[in-house]
Amino acid sequence: MSDKEQKPLPGRRALLSGGAAALGLLVAPGIRLIEVAGASTTASPKVRWGLLVDTTRCTPECKACVNACNAENHLSGATAPTDSQWLRKVELKDKRTGRTASVPVMCQHCAKPACVDVCPTGASFKRADGIVLVDRHACIGCRYCMMACPYKARSFVHAEVHDQNPEVPRGKGCVEGCNLCVHRVDKGQLPTCVEACPNQAMLFGDLNDPNSALSQRLRTIATTQVRADLGLDTGVRYHGI
Amino acid sequence: MTGAASKRFDVSHFYGLVGLGLAVLLAGLGAFHYMEEHGHIVSGMNNQVVWGTPHVFAIFMIVAASGVLNVASIGSVFGKTVYKVRAPLSGLLCLALLGGGLMVLMLDLGRPDRVIVAATHYNFTSVFAWNVFLYSGMFGIVAVYLWTMMERRMKPLSKPAGFAAFIWRLILTTGTGSIFGFLVARQAYGSAILAPMFIVMSFAWGLAVFYIVQSVMYAWNGMELHPSVLRRMKNLLAVFVAGTAYFVAAYHVTNIYFARQTEFEQFILVSGGIYPLLLWLGFGVVGTLVPLLLIFLPGLGTPRAVLFASAGVIIGAFALLYTFIIGGQAFPLQIFPGFEASSSFGDGAVGAYSPSLPEVLLGLGGVAAAFLITTIGVRILHFLPQDDLVQLEAANPAD
Repeated sequence: MSDKEQKPLPGRRALLSGGAAALGLLVAPGIRLIEVAGASTTASPKVRWGLLVDTTRCTPECKACVNACNAENHLSGATAPTDSQWLRKVELKDKRTGRTASVPVMCQHCAKPACVDVCPTGASFKRADGIVLVDRHACIGCRYCMMACPYKARSFVHAEVHDQNPEVPRGKGCVEGCNLCVHRVDKGQLPTCVEACPNQAMLFGDLNDPNSALSQRLRTIATTQVRADLGLDTGVRYHGI
Repeated sequence: MTGAASKRFDVSHFYGLVGLGLAVLLAGLGAFHYMEEHGHIVSGMNNQVVWGTPHVFAIFMIVAASGVLNVASIGSVFGKTVYKVRAPLSGLLCLALLGGGLMVLMLDLGRPDRVIVAATHYNFTSVFAWNVFLYSGMFGIVAVYLWTMMERRMKPLSKPAGFAAFIWRLILTTGTGSIFGFLVARQAYGSAILAPMFIVMSFAWGLAVFYIVQSVMYAWNGMELHPSVLRRMKNLLAVFVAGTAYFVAAYHVTNIYFARQTEFEQFILVSGGIYPLLLWLGFGVVGTLVPLLLIFLPGLGTPRAVLFASAGVIIGAFALLYTFIIGGQAFPLQIFPGFEASSSFGDGAVGAYSPSLPEVLLGLGGVAAAFLITTIGVRILHFLPQDDLVQLEAANPAD
């Protein structure tokens, strides 16, 4: 799989709206970051971004995706129960057979996300292109989404955060989680975990496009959705578990 | 004690109680400020146990607020005179507990400064958003209900207002139970039984709170509860306590029957440390068995015994909620059924949680707020339930 096939290309509209956002920043310095993000978005309902994780290529020692995620989003990488972890490696062992697997787990970007259903203010939302996000300016920190998420994909910011990536605003008292590197995807780049994987275990693409490399791969190998019994129609699929 | 001395004693005790309530409330607000400044890092909560001790307090008060109004409903909706005279106190306690519970819930938010966002942005698929309407509506309806009871010209509207409050509180407690009932992801929740279970729990907890407040007010005024009223109230309390135990048992037995839930039940009933202990000893013995014995054992069932029974019911309520809310979260999410899981994020491991002082103080601050509203309310509004003793004697000559 070449990088070119995985990369969503920025359109003319994206460039124009990006320029508009930059101009907006110049003329209205007080504007909220989320509004800028809204102005620059290229989300289209025709697209549904998804991810295939081939766990047969993952090894327990390799944490490249986790480290890349932490670096991109300026997470500390600390692993106390109060620290944020947007992407983690879960080591699995089949209770009967003893077969093991090392599985990267992050927000599954469900088509019917429980976190969006329960959020009282609409801060948890799903973009038209299927990416599930938290509007950091509308989150009141009630943590109901964390109670509802079947994947333990969200973290609560328990203390002040420093040294933020301006493209990924975080804040004490708000809930956060994997955003599928929306800021990179909107610029035509790959999510950082996908890019960082040394074993090409992750494939990013458009689930709605039958000709995308992702869709073609999903047609040819056996894949599963985690907790498929819940019927959430996850955007992240796994091979090898 | 002379009349004047008695009055001075009364006034000084009133201000003493208000002072005590204010002190605890201030401690609660101080705890809130501390958590707001430092973040929830200073609480015992974490990314696994996201709702902690404040939620135990808040949910107890919100559930009891709905239940305490049951006393008024029996009077207004079902026309029982004995309960009708208790309706104003019941309404006041409802407002006080609801206010205290909501205070704790709001002050525990990660961003309490954004409470205006919660009041202006609604996602109508969220049970929390429904509850914003249900709680604020409850305040409005109960306030109107109290008005119809206190204002002579509004008396004819008292019954419809009481009926509206009766329906509203059933929906409200359904909403509170559904906060958990709609959570499909976690083993402890996601069950339709939780809504009716919360309603029955509210009856028991609300009546227990009512009985304690009424006992204190009667002791304060040197009055005694008429035996026929005592008999009715204690029997009703026993029915509600038994009803709660029935629902809790049905919830667990159903779970035990489902193979996918047996690990969770093993944890919550047997191996989970503090959680089974609180469930069996706190809820089962102190909150259920002892109150029933205090009510029904020959020679017991006295006003004092029922007071202890009511206290037991409240202790049991806290034990049950702690097990349900915190134990339910501590049990690891079954993300990969059939696999043993481990990770840096606590997958497959029981979540650690111990209540921190700020959390406990915040919860007690909510109780203090409810206490202050009640103490000042009964002082100003003269809500002491006064039975028509002549009528009671005529109706219950044997007592």
